[in-house]
Amino acid sequence: MTPEVLSLSNAPALWAAAMLVKIIVAFSVLMGIVAYATWVERKVIGRMQTRLGPTMTGPNGLLQPIADGIKLFFKEDIIPNEASKFAFVLAPMMILAPALISMAVIPFGGDYHFTFHGVTYLIPMQITDLNIGILFILAMAGLGVYGIVLAGLSSNSKYSLLGGIRASAQMISYELAAGLSIITIFMLSETLSLSGIVAAQKEVLWGITALPSWMHNWYIFSQPLAFGLFVVGSMAEINRTPFDLPEAETELVSGFCTEYSSMKYALFFMAEYANMVTISAIATTLFLGGWDGPFYGWINFLVKVFGFMFFFIWIRATFPRLRYDQLMQLGWKVMIPLALGNIVVTAIAVLLWQ
Amino acid sequence: MFKEFAKGLSITFKHLLPGHSTTVEYPKQKLEMSPRFRGLHRLVPTQTREKCVACYLCPTVCPAKCITVESAENEQGEKYPRVYKIDLLRCIFCGYCVEACPVEAIEMTDKYELANFKREDFNFEKERLLK
Repeated sequence: MTPEVLSLSNAPALWAAAMLVKIIVAFSVLMGIVAYATWVERKVIGRMQTRLGPTMTGPNGLLQPIADGIKLFFKEDIIPNEASKFAFVLAPMMILAPALISMAVIPFGGDYHFTFHGVTYLIPMQITDLNIGILFILAMAGLGVYGIVLAGLSSNSKYSLLGGIRASAQMISYELAAGLSIITIFMLSETLSLSGIVAAQKEVLWGITALPSWMHNWYIFSQPLAFGLFVVGSMAEINRTPFDLPEAETELVSGFCTEYSSMKYALFFMAEYANMVTISAIATTLFLGGWDGPFYGWINFLVKVFGFMFFFIWIRATFPRLRYDQLMQLGWKVMIPLALGNIVVTAIAVLLWQ
Repeated sequence: MFKEFAKGLSITFKHLLPGHSTTVEYPKQKLEMSPRFRGLHRLVPTQTREKCVACYLCPTVCPAKCITVESAENEQGEKYPRVYKIDLLRCIFCGYCVEACPVEAIEMTDKYELANFKREDFNFEKERLLK
């Protein structure tokens, strides 16, 4: 019996329940990863700088994220008198929401089958399979800029304003490079749906059968340049070190979030890590075959996401921040031409061999 | 350029491996002080009394003026400090008192955990300094 895709029309109550469960699970797992990413980051960066990181709160400092959360929750919530109140309150939400929303279109596992009242249903392990998934993600990544720019503008502080201006310039230029590098992916997959892209990465790699059975034609093998451009570009887009010029503690006293305190600051903090998880998930889906791999469905996905996050933390511990002109030079003179060239070469290759 | 990137990444990764941390977890684990460390003062005792002969050289040389000495004579007719007091809140731990002392009656120990709750607790009288 072929399973039936669970949808609003064939079993509305069941569909709603499954949807809710998926949303709650995805959201809480994402939040858990965000909380413990802060712990892992502090621990790993500490070790890499021959320190220990948090050790006092709980065994190995494992309760540190909770302690941080409680501390930030009980801090005084300050809104500067001269700040534009509405925009000031809106900005942290505007930066966190797009980061979380992007997770909605990411497939995190294979289809799940179950039988209910004699009918076998099929639930895709993805909150929603938009047929314009990549466009949705690019749109949400674009929205993320507004939160930062708004925070910088509304704070009425010169450091915040500088941070906001830098953020807008930086994010716009790197979004181009990251977006252009994705184009080659859907030239090859011929679909914009993320589950379609994962499915397209499940064929045999270049006809070589000697490889282990889980090695498929992940796009990292056919598009290594696009992969590199996407990782670097998205690292710049989410303001990770070495591209964290908008916050730059040493020169801008943490830039756009200087004036924020308490939970509003915590929202910025969470958004930074949520963005990191999202970017890792997107890179995993587009270039590393999503949940495809040697283990069971979502475990592959999590392993790859954690691998990316470790890489981002590793980069942060290693490289110093770029100067502003170097940043712009890298974005416009190196990455965008490379991405454009990659598109041309891929287009020619697709024309010749397909 | 990429070679340098890889080199940097490999260095940080090497530090990540266990056994590279240089942190001393202070309250649990303490470093040994060097013998010339200048911590809390101590008045050196002899069998019967303190070594100090109340010559007033240490309050004279003290740049922070934190030492108070009052001399008196005991039954044997020897000079001794009736009052010897160091105000630790004023003391700058320069060690001049130790250098000035002609009889080596004052020395500096390796005690550095000197925090306290009341101002009065920082007045170190003779009895506390003799310990």
